[in-house]
Amino acid sequence: MRLIYAWGAIAAIVLASTTGDVLLSLAMKQVGDVGDLWRDHGLLTVIGRVVRNPNFLLGVLAMTVAFYSLLFGLSWGDVSLVAPASASLTFVANAVAAKFFLHERVDRRRWMAALLVAGGVALLAA
Amino acid sequence: MTLRKYLVLAGVTICGATGDSLLSRGMKDVGSISLSQIPQIILAILNPWVALGILFLLCFFAAYMTALSWADLTYVLPATSLGYVVLALIAKFLLHENVTPARWLGILLISAGVGLVAGGPEITHRALPSEPENCMAGSVASKGGPCD
Repeated sequence: MRLIYAWGAIAAIVLASTTGDVLLSLAMKQVGDVGDLWRDHGLLTVIGRVVRNPNFLLGVLAMTVAFYSLLFGLSWGDVSLVAPASASLTFVANAVAAKFFLHERVDRRRWMAALLVAGGVALLAA
Repeated sequence: MTLRKYLVLAGVTICGATGDSLLSRGMKDVGSISLSQIPQIILAILNPWVALGILFLLCFFAAYMTALSWADLTYVLPATSLGYVVLALIAKFLLHENVTPARWLGILLISAGVGLVAGGPEITHRALPSEPENCMAGSVASKGGPCD
């Protein structure tokens, strides 16, 4: 039963952190190149634009949900299962989400990379 | 990709890895906290290791956001995973921990993945299809492109 809870927490972590990453990426694309903005308008303008972006705020909220799901997951399952499983599945989920929601060109090179990194993270933390 | 952008990606990797290891070091002092002892989590930030770790993680977040402002999510994420490699190398050469063959294989896979992505364009350009391919702008075809 605890194992089912642990995998439930892993699913919640993957879903929440993928949502968060997609929203944060969307927000920063709307804000535009931070380096250019900083040079032309100053740091305060950059910070102001970022924190007033609704996608940024929703992204941070999703990341907070992911963090607390991780805490709950760690209390139900072993760290050696929850941490690598959620981290490596998040890489794959992010590649899928980036393709469909951010319309990034996820070519064969990037698919391969997502799978390699996911496998590598699982091995490192195992 | 300019030098400045590579430095931001290096910042993502190094600040993330350093922040995580400082937090981990600090939480060893604090000891295990159950979810019912929320005030103790708040007090944990008084530990200098934890405080320094949070500072590094704030730098990580700033660098991560900066990178996302000019690069694809699927380009930046592998750079964050390079932090795991940095951590394993710190464990091996600074802390003299044992790194198992499975971990070395993990390091190899992550490095290969990062190398693959870094060799490609960093951002998807939503340019007109009739626009000529421009290697400098990074609008390269996935395979067999003129810039490969």
